[in-house]
Amino acid sequence: MPKVTIDGITIEVPNGTTILEAARMIGPEVAPPTMCYYSKLKTSGGYCRTCLVKVSQGSEKDPRPMPKPVASCRTQVMDGMVVENNTSAEIQEARAGVVEFLLVNHPLDCPVCDQAGECHLQDLGYEHGKSETRFEFPRREFEKRDIGDKIQLHMNRCILCYRCVKTADQVTDCRVHGVMNRGEVAEISTYIEKSIDNDFSGNVIDVCPVGALTDKTFRFQSRVWFTKPVDAHRDCDKCCGHVRLWYKGDDVLRVTARKDQWGEVADHEGKTGWICNTCRFDKKSTKDWVIDGPSAISRHSVISANHYNSLKALKVSIDRQKAALPHGEKVNLGQGALDPNNEIK
Amino acid sequence: MQLTNRSIQVVKKELTLSERLYFPAILKGMLITLSHLFKRKATIKYPEQDRELAAVYRGQHVLKRDDAGAERCTACGLCAVACPAEAITMESAERKKGEEGLYREEKYAKIYEINMLRCIFCGLCEDACPKEAIFLTDRIVPSSFTRGEEVFGKDILVESMTERVDVSKRQTPEVLSFKNDKKHKHNQTYLDRKN
Repeated sequence: MPKVTIDGITIEVPNGTTILEAARMIGPEVAPPTMCYYSKLKTSGGYCRTCLVKVSQGSEKDPRPMPKPVASCRTQVMDGMVVENNTSAEIQEARAGVVEFLLVNHPLDCPVCDQAGECHLQDLGYEHGKSETRFEFPRREFEKRDIGDKIQLHMNRCILCYRCVKTADQVTDCRVHGVMNRGEVAEISTYIEKSIDNDFSGNVIDVCPVGALTDKTFRFQSRVWFTKPVDAHRDCDKCCGHVRLWYKGDDVLRVTARKDQWGEVADHEGKTGWICNTCRFDKKSTKDWVIDGPSAISRHSVISANHYNSLKALKVSIDRQKAALPHGEKVNLGQGALDPNNEIK
Repeated sequence: MQLTNRSIQVVKKELTLSERLYFPAILKGMLITLSHLFKRKATIKYPEQDRELAAVYRGQHVLKRDDAGAERCTACGLCAVACPAEAITMESAERKKGEEGLYREEKYAKIYEINMLRCIFCGLCEDACPKEAIFLTDRIVPSSFTRGEEVFGKDILVESMTERVDVSKRQTPEVLSFKNDKKHKHNQTYLDRKN
């Protein structure tokens, strides 16, 4: 069993473990951030370079350092290896550079994006990013593509992590989408705009680290931090049926898989807790579920700041406003102002 | 027991003749009252007269439109989450085709409400806004007879294109010059993008 030291903490790990997995065994204080690596998906990782670490001693036998930062998700540990992650200024700078590259083409439309609040790129940018970009050219833009009525694709936000492609390969039985073209014009697309309809296709929403693949049924329904996450389960013949419901008032706005501390789909009874599309999109009523209790959310997360209790109070005051506007009398609100007759439902 | 040496001994003196007459004291008081007639008044005749307010006075909110008249607010919810009084609520909707002139972004606030009874006019919503949509202005929130009237919806908050609300005094010269730079998407209207 090789021994590896990460940020001054030594741990013994099984043969063949990657540096990233070893760091995760120690804990979140030393684990490097990941954007493309997903422990539940085979062959994932190696694209985004977010998990770069410095290997200051290769092994016990050959103590020379590795010449440049290595991707920890793809590098296996050797006995006596010494790794620096958060303790290395060089790595922090390299990571800031990686974030800058990831954001080169990212539209930064967080105020519109449904992923905001639970977006890994947002967290990464907040921790390692710079406040300004040095990129002077127009950002890459793609034409809007419709990939079905359940999943919304925003190609402009994609960072090409390939997680969704691997999910489709390994979780569903047939993959109809993939990465087309190369280089800067590479994009996620379905083959000839064929819609995704597989029982487990909805899982690509959960694995997407950014807002490129989002739940169309949740689109613009609410900001994530105004909804309350609740763990629930039901008997499902297709999947494990253990999910997280996102409530606003009495309404279930969204159903997702449960996430673990790394933001990945949590294990259930030894298996990854992927959920089927029936659970995700069709069971949006409290009576379909057995509630296990409120989900544990870190108090540093914006999701724990949610205030809204109910939409009912809002509706009452809207009715009042509708009534307050005199009938037949046109209130001069200027161009494009709220029309009380057709805007409020 | 004496605690400090600052206590003053009260002495009851015999009143003098002028004091016993009371008249000079009354006259002195009347003179003070009379002198106030010629001094500057501390009050103003509101609402006929307005008191001059600071340029950054935090009064009634406005939801701004951009130069082409499209609403800037995209219902991102940052003002509501920043609000310490929990006065702001909103509901968003998706912009339909052909509404580009009405709303800047593909998402907009279908309902946007500020409860003026809860609002403490701290201006954190203004600070939080990434779209330069909400500003506090130097307008004073009118009083009302019922509580319900104090929940301001979009009908009151969104500025009208005929009577635009000037918030330029609240912004630094750097910000104002940045806003004229049409190179940034943030400053473009849908008309600019069309051309």
